[in-house]
Amino acid sequence: MTMTTTDPRSLSSVASGNALELRGVTKLFGALAAISDVTFSVRPGERRAVLGSNGAGKTTLFNCITGDFLPTSGTIRLFGEDVTTFPAHERIRRGLRRTYQISLLFGGLSVADNVYIACRGVSRARFSLLRPRRSDPLTARAAELMEAVRLTEVQDTLVSELSYGQQRQLEIALALAGAPRFILFDEPAAGLSPTERRDLVAILNGLPGHIGYIIIEHDMDVALRVAESVTMMHNGRVFKEGTPAEIESDPEVQELYLGDGSHSHG
Amino acid sequence: MVQIDRSGDPLGDILNGKPAQTRPGWLVQLPLPFWAVAFLLLIMPLIANNFWLFQVFGWSFILGMIALSLMFLAGYGGMVSLIQMSVAGLAGYMVAILGTSGMAEISLNWPWWLNIPVAIGIAALFGTIVGALAVRTEGIYTIMITLAVAAAFFYFTRQNYGIFNGYTGFNRVLPPPLFGVNWRDPVPFYYLTLGCAALSLAAVTYVARSPFGLALQGVRDGPRRMAALGFNVTAHRIAAYTFASVIAAVGGILLVWQNSQISPGTVGIPVVIDILVIAVVGGVKRPIGPFIGAVIYVLLRTFSPDVLTAFGLSTERFKTLIGLGFVLIVFFSPDGVLGLWERWQARRHKRRDPLGDGGTP
Repeated sequence: MTMTTTDPRSLSSVASGNALELRGVTKLFGALAAISDVTFSVRPGERRAVLGSNGAGKTTLFNCITGDFLPTSGTIRLFGEDVTTFPAHERIRRGLRRTYQISLLFGGLSVADNVYIACRGVSRARFSLLRPRRSDPLTARAAELMEAVRLTEVQDTLVSELSYGQQRQLEIALALAGAPRFILFDEPAAGLSPTERRDLVAILNGLPGHIGYIIIEHDMDVALRVAESVTMMHNGRVFKEGTPAEIESDPEVQELYLGDGSHSHG
Repeated sequence: MVQIDRSGDPLGDILNGKPAQTRPGWLVQLPLPFWAVAFLLLIMPLIANNFWLFQVFGWSFILGMIALSLMFLAGYGGMVSLIQMSVAGLAGYMVAILGTSGMAEISLNWPWWLNIPVAIGIAALFGTIVGALAVRTEGIYTIMITLAVAAAFFYFTRQNYGIFNGYTGFNRVLPPPLFGVNWRDPVPFYYLTLGCAALSLAAVTYVARSPFGLALQGVRDGPRRMAALGFNVTAHRIAAYTFASVIAAVGGILLVWQNSQISPGTVGIPVVIDILVIAVVGGVKRPIGPFIGAVIYVLLRTFSPDVLTAFGLSTERFKTLIGLGFVLIVFFSPDGVLGLWERWQARRHKRRDPLGDGGTP
């Protein structure tokens, strides 16, 4: 991918077949434009980092994609389908998942129950009044997911009693439940220790190849190691796109976001 | 945030991959005190007189069921609904209107096998519609909107003579004489209400661990997250109202049979509030809480007039006693009598095992 200052018009004719396609997405809060005319697309299986300083509009962008906010204007297509006006749960049923910057978990339930609910979310029997049988494949799937994020040992623990790092791991497990095709990770490394960050990078790099994602991350060390393309945002607009190496070496980006060369600009 | 304890739960074991048990999970789960209480309740007619069977236990089981429907919504769904007594009352009214009563010019004389299911269905539909209105609000606003509908229902029944027979209501509403038994006799009525209460309790306990119940608790803890997992949060909350309404409706039918009459006073605002008091006093963390609250309420209601008279006070002071009890419970134990019991148990275990965490012996 060549790095250019993004011209939305040049991307508006992106061929169909993208996992995610945003065209001219704008979200106004009163007179304030949190994001403005955002246009880009992500291929199936592509892993992209969205970078930018606080207030650049990254989380608002996620909220528009997931349906937490309806955009003021613009269109959002998911796997070729226009989902702009769809409620959140309908987008999720089409393979979209997300994690939250501040963990949104079910504190009154155990780890196992959290993961089990997540597995049920896209199954048909969401309203079933019958308890699952021992042979229920979703219980086995929940166990696999807990294993994948290294939470098997605390599966009986109430989520409200987990450590912060474990809660972040559980966030990821919930996003991985139910055959996701595209995941939005909102600052998954925030507040993690160096060891936990290494584990996180391993988990992200270990995801099956067909699962694409966008990751918002302030920690460049994490973001540039798990992404193959980067979108820089500034003041609610797409500012640059390129490969991690191109973004890292770009003088404008360095001046705006990396300051004096630090890799952990917040 | 309300937290439900599920230690020793069969589903928990399944999810944990623990080895299969030879006995059914539900049998293993029930502690010894449960079986002791169950046995005592089963042989109660050998011990207690008719007044206790019919008035104290029968009424407690009925109020406990109606309060249980509130506990399901509040404890598992985080929705404090004041509509449950109205739902119960509507079911009672429907049995009187569709079935047989002293008001022959209104009652339709449908057979019991038709009028009871239809009455429960209409009450559940009413609860569902109110739920659909209420689930778009949260906290105090849910309480206010359901209270407003309950008040409107009370005034409607009092002013509508064509269907609800206004101020007078319906009398001589009796249970059908199935199997040649008069189900309003104290012993049959005791077992009828005990059976219904036990079934309701079992149903709520079971459903709480079903996908629907677990998801409802997820909606309580994190509605936004539930939507991000593919759940339709609004639909789930409305479905919880439907489920709770069925339990309340069965309680309402038993109530009209016990009193053999129903009038607007049955669904008045004081009674609506009493159901909330019963649930909170007992505790909304566990399904058994409302039944404990109901027993306390009925005992106070039944025997406090004697005590008050002995002290030269008006029997009307009964409400003051209930109110004082409510304030004390909420002050010392926001999670009701059950909460007091659990804290006492935890302290006892801690004292016994200084290295334990107080939670398990």
